[in-house]
This record gives sequence, C-alpha cells and structure tokens, in this order.
Amino acid sequence: MGKLYNAIFSAGIAFVLACLMIGVKLNTDGTTLKVTGATSEQWAWIIGGIALVFFSQLFADQIDSAFSKIPKPKVAHFIPEGDKMTQLKPWLLAGLFVCMVVWPFMVSRGSVDLATLALIYIMLGLGLNIVVGLAGLLDLGYVAFYAVGAYTYALLSQYFDMSFWVCLPISAGMAALFGFILGFPVLRLRGDYLAIVTLGFGEIIRILLNNWTAVTGGPNGISGIAKPALFGLEFTRRSKDGSPLFHDFFGIDYSSSYKVIFLYLIAVVLVAFVIFVINRLMRMPIGRAWEALREDEIACRSLGLNRTAIKLSAFTIGASTAGFAGSFFAARQGFISPESFTFIESAIILAIVVLGGMGSQVGVILAAIVMTILPELAREFSEYRMLLFGLTMVLMMRWRPQGLVPMKRPVLELK
Amino acid sequence: MSQLLLDVNGLTMQFGGLVAVNKVNLTVKNRQIVSVIGPNGAGKTTVFNCLSGFYIPTAGSVMFKGKEIAGMKDFQISRQGLVRTFQHVRLFSNMTVIENMLVAQHRHLNTGLLSGLFKTPSYRRLEQEAMDRAIFWLKEVDLLDSANRESGNLSYGQQRRLEIARCMVTQPELLMLDEPAAGLNPNETKELDELIIKLRDEHEISILLIEHDMGLVMGISDHIYVIAQGTPLADGNADDIKNNPDVIKAYLGES
Ligand SMILES: Nc1ncnc2c1ncn2[C@@H]1O[C@H](COP(=O)(O)OP(=O)(O)OP(=O)(O)O)[C@@H](O)[C@H]1O
Ligand SMILES: [Mg+2]
Repeated sequence: MGKLYNAIFSAGIAFVLACLMIGVKLNTDGTTLKVTGATSEQWAWIIGGIALVFFSQLFADQIDSAFSKIPKPKVAHFIPEGDKMTQLKPWLLAGLFVCMVVWPFMVSRGSVDLATLALIYIMLGLGLNIVVGLAGLLDLGYVAFYAVGAYTYALLSQYFDMSFWVCLPISAGMAALFGFILGFPVLRLRGDYLAIVTLGFGEIIRILLNNWTAVTGGPNGISGIAKPALFGLEFTRRSKDGSPLFHDFFGIDYSSSYKVIFLYLIAVVLVAFVIFVINRLMRMPIGRAWEALREDEIACRSLGLNRTAIKLSAFTIGASTAGFAGSFFAARQGFISPESFTFIESAIILAIVVLGGMGSQVGVILAAIVMTILPELAREFSEYRMLLFGLTMVLMMRWRPQGLVPMKRPVLELK
Repeated sequence: MSQLLLDVNGLTMQFGGLVAVNKVNLTVKNRQIVSVIGPNGAGKTTVFNCLSGFYIPTAGSVMFKGKEIAGMKDFQISRQGLVRTFQHVRLFSNMTVIENMLVAQHRHLNTGLLSGLFKTPSYRRLEQEAMDRAIFWLKEVDLLDSANRESGNLSYGQQRRLEIARCMVTQPELLMLDEPAAGLNPNETKELDELIIKLRDEHEISILLIEHDMGLVMGISDHIYVIAQGTPLADGNADDIKNNPDVIKAYLGES
C-alpha cells in the first residue's frame, strides 16, 4: 500500500515538473508574453515519462534485486596475489609510465588535449579524495582552492612576469594558506555545517574574483597567461622578448602540437608526483590518524590526538593539491575567468570522488577519466549533459554504492 | 610528604537541573589501585568524563601531578599522562591491532610532513621505537599473535585487553578503567585482575577503576570510594566498605 502511495506521489511530482518545464512555453510576442502549450507529440512523451516513473517506483524492489544481479566486476580477480604483485608492481608502473609518455606522439592533438584535461581532473579528484574520502570532511567549495591556485599563477605571471615553475609551488602554498585560514574556524563544525560553510566559501571566492575588477579583470578574466617553458625554452612560434625557442634550439620545424604534448607531459609528471605524495601520506602517521578520526573521534581524543590539527592538515593538503592543479590549468588554458570556477565544478569533482569509491585512488583516477571523456563522446547530447550526469549518478548509487573500486587501505603488517 | 598523583576536590557536574556529580573528593597516590563504586546511574562515568576533559566540570578542582587540569582540553589532559578506557569498548575496528597501537602513539610519531615523505633516518628510528613499544605491550596483554588481525574481529575479551594496551603504550601515569570486567567470563576476569595488579607492581602506574564486579574490586583495591546519586557516600579499604551500613543500604535499596 505504501508503495502505491509512493508511486502516485512520485508520478505526481514528475507530472508537475514536466508540465512546468516542457508542457508550457512562454514566447515573446511583441512586448507581451504568450503562453503556448506543448504539441501532442510532446504530451505523449510526458505521459510516457510519468508512466515510467510510476511503474519504476511501484516495482522498485524488483528493479533493485535485478540490479543486484548484474555482476559486479571483481577487481581482485585481475590483480595477482600478494607476493607476485609486489614483484610485478614496479614493472607494471614503469610500463604504464612509458605508455603514458609515448602515447601522445601517436594520436591526434585533440586526444592529447583531452587527456591533459582528464589529468587535471585526476589531480583535483585525488586532492578532494584526501579531504572527503580519507579524512571524512564534506567540502562543497573545493573549487575555491582551484581558483586560488589558478589566479595566483595568472596574476603573478601578469604583474611580475614570474615563470610557471616558480609559481607552481607558490600557487600550491597560497591555496594551502586559504585552506588553513578557512579550516581553522570551520573544522570545529560537524559534517553538515561544514558542507554549508565550504559551499559559501566557494561562492565568496568566485564573487570576489568577479567583482574585484581592478586586479582580477572581473568577469573578463585574465588572458594571455604565459605557457610553461622547458628550461627557459619557449614553445611559441616567434619569440616576443628574445628568449630562446624550443624548435630553434633543436633545429626542427615549428609545430603547435609540441606545446600540447609538452603540457600533457607536465600533467603526467604532476599527477605522478601527487600520487606519490598521497601514497606516502596514507602510510604515514598522519594518514593513520585520518582513518582513526573517521572511525572513532572520541577514542582519538582520549589518546591525545588533536582532532582540529589532524582535520586541518587534511584540509590544507587537499587545498594545496587543488592549487597545484589550478596553476597548471591557468597555464594550459592561457585564459581564466570566474566562469571556470562555479559550484558545478565542485560538484563534478565530488562526483568523481564518490563514483570512484571514497578513499580509493585507482577508483578516483578511473572516475576522473570517465567523467571527462564521456561528455566528449556524447557531444550530440550536450544539452542533456546534466541530465545524463544525474542519471549516471542514480544508477551508480543503486548498482554500486561503494563506488567503482572500493577503497582498500594500505594495511601495516607486523612481520 | 608523598605528593598525591591525583587530587580531586569538590568536583560537581550539573546538566541543567540534574546534579550528576555532587562535591566529590578523591585522591590517588602513586602506585595505588583506587576504585569508584556505586549503583547504576550514580555518576561514576560522569566523574571520569570530567577528569579526562570530555566534560568541563561545573565546579571543583582537579589537580594532577600538582597541576590544575580541570578545563584543559581532552587531548591535552591525556598528554599529561592521564588516559582512560570506555564503558563500551572504543577501538578503531577497521584497523589492525598493531595500527591501533600506532595511532595511540601519534604525537610521538608525527614529526612533520617532510621527514615522513622522505623517510629520513630519524623518522625510521621513531617508527621502529613505536613498533617496539607496541610489540612490548601486545606481549603484556597476550595479543601479539593477533597483531595483524582487524581489531573489530577480536573476541570481546581481547578487545578489552587491546583497549588497555592501547592506553599503556601512551606511557601514562594514571590509567582510568571504566568497567573493564563488564561482559568478561570468570576466567577472563581473573586474567584482568592479574593484569591490573601487574600494571601497578611492575609498571609502577596508578589505576582508577570503576567496576560493578565486587569480587574484583574488593580483591585488588587499595582504597575504595562509594558514590550514590552523585554524592560521596563512604570511602575506605575493602573491609570498611563491606561493613558500612550506608553502603549496604544504598545497594540493597536500589535492587
Ligand atoms: N551528557 C549528559 N547530559 C545529561 N545527563 C547526563 C549526561 N551524562 C550523564 N548524565 C546523567 O548523569 C547521571 C549519571 O550517569 P553516569 O553515566 O555517570 O552513571 P554511572 O555511574 O556511570 O552508571 P553505570 O553504572 O550505569 O555506568 C545519569 O542520570 C545520566 O542520565
Ligand atoms: Mg558508567
């Protein structure tokens, strides 16, 4: 009975929403607005959709059990056991790294560019994974730190002509500083409050960037941001101020794809660095403390662990990763504006973490790749992008709530 | 004059109109086992929560090693050498036994990001020392064989022992145990009895104990405090308490 009620209720909501969004249209007619109804074909679609909602709610249990019957990929099967794995691991990693480096020379420019974008999202996903997955702090304004990193590099490069390589650590440091300043008062708050405050912080940073026109250029953003150089060699066709050029130095013809590949390679190195650091962190006392704090805060306090300091460290390290990614993003794009740092960006990064399996690095990497490549493949559907996005999330949560690759912590063993 | 390790005076804890602890006095000397007993809801756990900094007492002073600790943060108090266990076991149940032991030593180990990232020699040495201490205490509570097991999968008695070992590895001077024998079988209770005495005699620490198992309390306590409805009722050694008419009345009246 309750189910029937539920189904009717859901169908009702679907009806109201569909009527408002598709059923009626407002067209301008001279100076007045005219209301036009949907065509009969559209009404047929709406009714079909409502019927779908009704029946899927009515038979939710059956659908759920059907979902649970869909085999789940057993990741463990593909991974060799214990000892063999430790032997193979360095070889696998080396092989993977070589592939990552050789691959861009064989494919189109567009693919390399897309891969670079995926790598940026991997960095962001891994950074947020520290905060949400490992330390269990829900941060809805993560994009703010990304923006801080991007603008730090953009401004330093514009006003002080500083090089990318110098700005990279400075951007990470600035983002970390912002994380620290925000985290200090906020981390005393419990989960849901923290989410709201970080959400607000994300918006504040964006609005600040939008309105501080004198410095940030406001909505127009900053353009002409310098690209990274390889030991002082630039990748442009002609030198502006007489600095040496890459193709001149090696005596080859100019090609714009060198720059794209170079950016990609930088991204690979940055991601490798981030993965290395996070892997070490998870095995360090601080990583264990994050885990312990997530499991039992009271026990932690009774053992002399300062929970604010521990949470703050996760928050700051996560923020600095975003700053890292941000400055690279600014360098790759050559142009940034507050538009790039809206809430939806935070939501996508969070979706990457949740889809991947909170805390799991492999999962986050896979999810980041999926989330950047899928929209490209489904270009025809670009209008329905958010819709597809929502659908994927709902289906994923039904089928595999723990994410693509559930987290497996590196466990310390006593020999 | 031998200095008191713990000296509690007029400790009072009020929740709104409810006075859960009312002017309780309590002293613990070095190498002493002191017990706090009382009927259910008497306020024993609340006393522990005040001493360990989980609650800020409404009134009264708590001197630990001659220093006022009432009002300090919980983690600061435990760093002074006063650690507690909980009435309901609180382990990091998804972590292994040895990891539980290492988390407890976090502040000795956490020497900075860079030294950990680069595994400097001093970091390795600290980690080795922490490991050695963990192994030592796991041996003391007979859990070394289970070191790599997930602590949530241990038997109840083992979990209780792990909780004690996890406190001991922080090198405390006063260990506060909240009903450590609850849920143990007679055999395990006897082992616990021996462990507590060993902690006092060999490891030279003091123990403050809340316990309902009268056999255990009477057998090992150097001094016993009785509280009922938050108010001190009596104190003295085991014989004094056994023969005190007020205490008998409080316990019989309750059941
Ligand atoms: N945070 C709190 N807020 C309000 N009342 C509390 C709080 N903590 C404890 N109390 C009240 O204080 C009284 C004493 O509780 P306490 O847990 O200290 O008893 P206890 O002696 O440990 O009992 P038991 O033997 O059952 O463990 C109870 O009436 C309890 O309801
Ligand atoms: Mg109690």
